[in-house]
Amino acid sequence: MASGPLEEVFREEWGRVLATLVGYLGDIELAEEAAQEAFAAAAERWPRDGQPANPVGWLITTARNRAIDRIRRDRAFAERAEQLARELAERPEEAMDETTLFPDERLELIFTCCHPALGLDAQVALTLRALGGLSTEEIARAFLVPFETMSKRLSRAKHKVRDAVIPFAVPSDERLPDRLDAVLAVVYLIFNQGWGDGRVDLAGESIRLGRALAQLMPDEPEPQALLALMLLNDSRRAARFVNGELVLLDEQDRSLWNQAQIDEGREWLEQAIARDGNGPYVIQAAIADLHLEDPRDWGEIAVLYGTLAELTRSPVVEMNRAVALAEIEGPEAALELIDQLPLDDYRYFHSTRADFLRRLGRNEEARAAYGRALALTQAEPERRFLEARLLELRPRSDADWDEFWTSTLDDLEDRPS
Amino acid sequence: MKYALLAYNPSAADQRDSIPPEIGEALARPNVTSWMRLQPAESATTLSRREGTTLLTDGPFVDSKEYLAGLIVVEAANLDEALDFAAELEGLARSGSTIEVRPILEDG
Repeated sequence: MASGPLEEVFREEWGRVLATLVGYLGDIELAEEAAQEAFAAAAERWPRDGQPANPVGWLITTARNRAIDRIRRDRAFAERAEQLARELAERPEEAMDETTLFPDERLELIFTCCHPALGLDAQVALTLRALGGLSTEEIARAFLVPFETMSKRLSRAKHKVRDAVIPFAVPSDERLPDRLDAVLAVVYLIFNQGWGDGRVDLAGESIRLGRALAQLMPDEPEPQALLALMLLNDSRRAARFVNGELVLLDEQDRSLWNQAQIDEGREWLEQAIARDGNGPYVIQAAIADLHLEDPRDWGEIAVLYGTLAELTRSPVVEMNRAVALAEIEGPEAALELIDQLPLDDYRYFHSTRADFLRRLGRNEEARAAYGRALALTQAEPERRFLEARLLELRPRSDADWDEFWTSTLDDLEDRPS
Repeated sequence: MKYALLAYNPSAADQRDSIPPEIGEALARPNVTSWMRLQPAESATTLSRREGTTLLTDGPFVDSKEYLAGLIVVEAANLDEALDFAAELEGLARSGSTIEVRPILEDG
């Protein structure tokens, strides 16, 4: 796809165009092919004839006509074509042309893509493809899986949506809380996938999705809070990496923080709180906000992590509470708390533990913990950060060696014989 | 749209128990096209075609801790409706039971 105004229309409107087509055709694959043809036709015609007054209407109408042509050509779809023609005849008021103002049906589409009958991997991939317009190749690269694997995952998901008739609708009130949780989890997972190694496309994509959700569900505090959380964390992106190396928050150059994003994030958070939001994303966004203050109010941060831990029962949240505790009561108390958590497979558990041990001067144990974290980490900047920490802890001078042996011998003595 | 609800029970459960009245009530609803219960898995005989001959085996095709105990065909507008009905049945069933929901391939 060429860059320029069309690229912009593609980025902004792909989700809207596709959503309307899925609602109309009931088949994501067919809708996608038709939308692609329409965007290709636009790439050819718009530079020549000028952009139409209603680009979305033009794209949807063109795609719909292409889809009907395709169905008519394909005998296997003959029955479906008749059915579509019948439906159109029954609802003449819905006949479309380029000037039609189509309702935004992205919300329906995102609930389809994040339906719990699909596996989480499939939900994430389908959301990025259908709403974000990312190509299969881009999604495969972002999730470090082979193209073939991602391609199969996507087509399997699209076929299940069609064959099992996963509804294209915003869930009813009694189902909404659970289903909305699933949608928010997918968006946040996409954000976090882009966070580890600073991949710009995924963070931007998840914020775009989050903004759409917050705008499409203006009465729900949690989507607003999720958007606030992502904006506040992402505002530090430019400062998180210097020459490709990870920089911890306390050492970051604050002038590199994106103040416009911080302001927008805080506005969304205020709106969510004004709507009596007190769910997990509201608390996490409030914590992210506190992290931006200098000096940080670790007491308040620890209290909020405590509330969040009660709400989510998540050991990862407890681990974060331990980080705050280390600042208030010292690394010893924090280590005691963290050592009770069942997080042996979590890379940040080992890097956090390593940091507490390092601060306590228990260098040999810290090295072992950094080693464990390194073994679990794939993102290159994080790997280099951990390797640098390991190098710092490597015994160098004679005095270091003395300390090394003393701590090792202490270790041996501590062990039950 | 029709869906098949494949009901699996733990092997230990006695299939010949009578149907609890709440489940009987649910199965009598108009959205239920048909349903059947199967004799225990030990009564199964499995045929498989191998190199031109048909082999008979005593027992079910898949030997597992759960076995297919029954089949319910329901009419539903979409997967959510079918899942709701399955969840209702699951809530009435003995613990350890499992329901697989599969859309039925219809002609046309």
